[in-house]
Amino acid sequence: MSNSKLTRRGLIKTGAVAGAGLATPTLFTGNVWAAAHAGYTNAPQGDTVTLGFNVPQTGPYADEGADELRAYQLAVEHLNGGGDGGMMQTFSSKVLDGTGILGKKVEFVTGDTQTKPDAARASARSMIEKDGAVMITGGSSSGVAVAVQALCQEAGIIFMAGLTHSNDTTGKDKKANGFRHFFNSYMSGAALAPILADRYGNDRKAYHLTADYNWGYTTEEAVRTSTEAMGWETVAAVKTPLAQTDFSSYVAPVLNSGADVLVLNHYGGNMVNSLTSAVQFGLRAAEANGKNFEIVVPLYSRLMAKGAGENVAGIFGSTNWHWSLENVAGAKYAGTNAFVKSFGEKYGFPPSQAAHTVYCQTLLYADAAQRAGSFNPCAIAEALEDYSFDGLGNGPTMYRGADHQCFKDVLVVKGKENPDNEFDLLEIVDVTPTEQVSYDPAIFGGELGSCNPGA
Amino acid sequence: MDQIILQILNGLDKGSAYALIALGLTLIFGTLGVVNFAHGALFMLGAFCTVTLSRLLGISRTVIDETRTDFLGNPLKVEIPYLYDWFGEATGAAIIDWAVPLSIIFAIPIMISIGVIMERGLIKHFYNRPHADQILVTFGLAIVLQEIIKYYFGANQIPAPAPEAFTGSFDFGAAFGAKAGAIIYPYWRIVYFCFAMILIGAVFAFLRFTTFGMVVRAGMADRETVGLLGINIDRRFTIMFGIAAAVAGLAGVMYTPINSPNYHMGMDFLVISFVVVVVGGMGSLPGAVLAGFVLGILESFASMREVIEFLPGINQVVIYLAAIIILLTRPRGLMGRKGVMED
Repeated sequence: MSNSKLTRRGLIKTGAVAGAGLATPTLFTGNVWAAAHAGYTNAPQGDTVTLGFNVPQTGPYADEGADELRAYQLAVEHLNGGGDGGMMQTFSSKVLDGTGILGKKVEFVTGDTQTKPDAARASARSMIEKDGAVMITGGSSSGVAVAVQALCQEAGIIFMAGLTHSNDTTGKDKKANGFRHFFNSYMSGAALAPILADRYGNDRKAYHLTADYNWGYTTEEAVRTSTEAMGWETVAAVKTPLAQTDFSSYVAPVLNSGADVLVLNHYGGNMVNSLTSAVQFGLRAAEANGKNFEIVVPLYSRLMAKGAGENVAGIFGSTNWHWSLENVAGAKYAGTNAFVKSFGEKYGFPPSQAAHTVYCQTLLYADAAQRAGSFNPCAIAEALEDYSFDGLGNGPTMYRGADHQCFKDVLVVKGKENPDNEFDLLEIVDVTPTEQVSYDPAIFGGELGSCNPGA
Repeated sequence: MDQIILQILNGLDKGSAYALIALGLTLIFGTLGVVNFAHGALFMLGAFCTVTLSRLLGISRTVIDETRTDFLGNPLKVEIPYLYDWFGEATGAAIIDWAVPLSIIFAIPIMISIGVIMERGLIKHFYNRPHADQILVTFGLAIVLQEIIKYYFGANQIPAPAPEAFTGSFDFGAAFGAKAGAIIYPYWRIVYFCFAMILIGAVFAFLRFTTFGMVVRAGMADRETVGLLGINIDRRFTIMFGIAAAVAGLAGVMYTPINSPNYHMGMDFLVISFVVVVVGGMGSLPGAVLAGFVLGILESFASMREVIEFLPGINQVVIYLAAIIILLTRPRGLMGRKGVMED
């Protein structure tokens, strides 16, 4: 027989206490504020350190996310002394010795961004609060990157962005705790424009189809600005809904618009579908203004080029990295072959640019912590700012302190006419030097703010 | 004028897909009274029948080409399809090239079987449940089906090109004495429209001119009386579910060269198809077809640059605006019948 009596007053009291507990932000109740914190969020305890890999495991970019996850796992293996060491062998910094980071074995947890900012923030929050992740990295979308970067800034966690190409990530939405290795829309425009002018001439009329979200806007603006500076004219720029699947209504009027170039500011499924429509409507074979009609895709991804099949043949675009870079452009891009060998032998196919950038980000974080002698986000940020390095596959690279953007050479690529195999889809046409894609950090606005160590 | 004709062609093409999916939805609703939110998934499964057949036709033996290297610098492994060995390279390549049309034959039995299994295994248990339950269970089924496809085929799109003979575009301008190049339209999209017309015609003919179709129509009008005549109407309705699945599947099969298939493509069509069914009139087969084409053409016109500049964002809402206007003026839809879903 129980002696407990549930009274109305007791129930209200209990409910109030429980409600107050639940209402308290969990950031202030979890590991973050563990008694043993050392002045910053999620200071590693014991002999391990936990990293949080936040990638799209479901949704339209799940294949890209899976490739990122493979690269993260490879990076962790190498940091802990496993495998052949990958790019740790070629990295200009030699402080990583295969014993983890600062002597702590690297462990990781994963989250699923679903390529949705809300879901990405929820999974990042869970990894920070429940799993004690000291760093969050990943993403295959600028919307996700900007959202998670802001969360990490609030939480006092370093965010090492994955594949995000919008100028906003290190422009108007930049944060002191966020760092991006991947290139951006401005760089794509600056790298592409001279090649386009060289191949197609200065007297061209461009028609832009642009995905209706922040990455689309910044990419259109970058390509327009760069090509107009070369003498091109922009005939029209039409926003297309992100959820659009059939682009025939948008592509059909292009040929009679007076334009002789179509620029597809699309990524992922949008890119595959709009490019397929453009080729179906005969734009590749057409003539306009007495010239061959041309199509340009500012941001290429090998994984997505695969979806468009033979339609990518001969079409120019830009990319952050490609697995054949060292073989094509020489030893300046050392690290590429080491990474491709490591990744290829483990998984049976070459890595994507998404895999490359996240692998680099993981090594760069580990290296910064090792050099700083601390996992404190502010110490790591200081170690990364204005840090120059080499041997990670892109040639000499610098993490600019003013906006936390990496500056390195940018690849201009073209869809291969006669690929040898399913991985051989892109041909490197030119490598644009860093100086040509650099810009004043003030042009995009935004405030970096100050580093937040959290606790 | 050229632009208007082009957008009408685009609208007819989009409308073909909407009409085919909506036709299947209406068949299921009209016969079984079930609101099938898994119908978009059937469209997607049809597309993946094409992907599967393409892969089956491409099954290869591996030979080592010592003269070339792979991405790791090892001798290149070259895949030689068995079809080349069996029929010679030219014939083998032609068979692989025609994978999409061949998939029609491949998909019909598969899609009918999937439809029958779906109906017998799951949906029949929800006949006497509220429509909300039916929507929940079929929507859940759609998610399960698309996740299975994603598990086996990945999330990225998979190209399934049209046969070489149908690549390129038809120049309507040159063909009809107007300005050359003014109205060009892809061959495969013309094929898709013609295919949709034939399929819609076949479904109507089947219902109109066969005994089976006559019984089904009678069952749609008065299920109880047909049952009292000693006819097993449930079995016929199950077969109709299979046929509706096949119609959606074939729409997906032939759609693959227009947009490379991915696991999510069914969901992209689902909501619009339901709007098409409602606008056409619940339970009305001709209404579904008519609404499919009307909304397809409206959507195409709303995507014109001149229209977007005048009314920004109209391209994203035009279908729903049209639905609101049509339903306000004709509450039963374009060709809806009195008494359907009005109890």
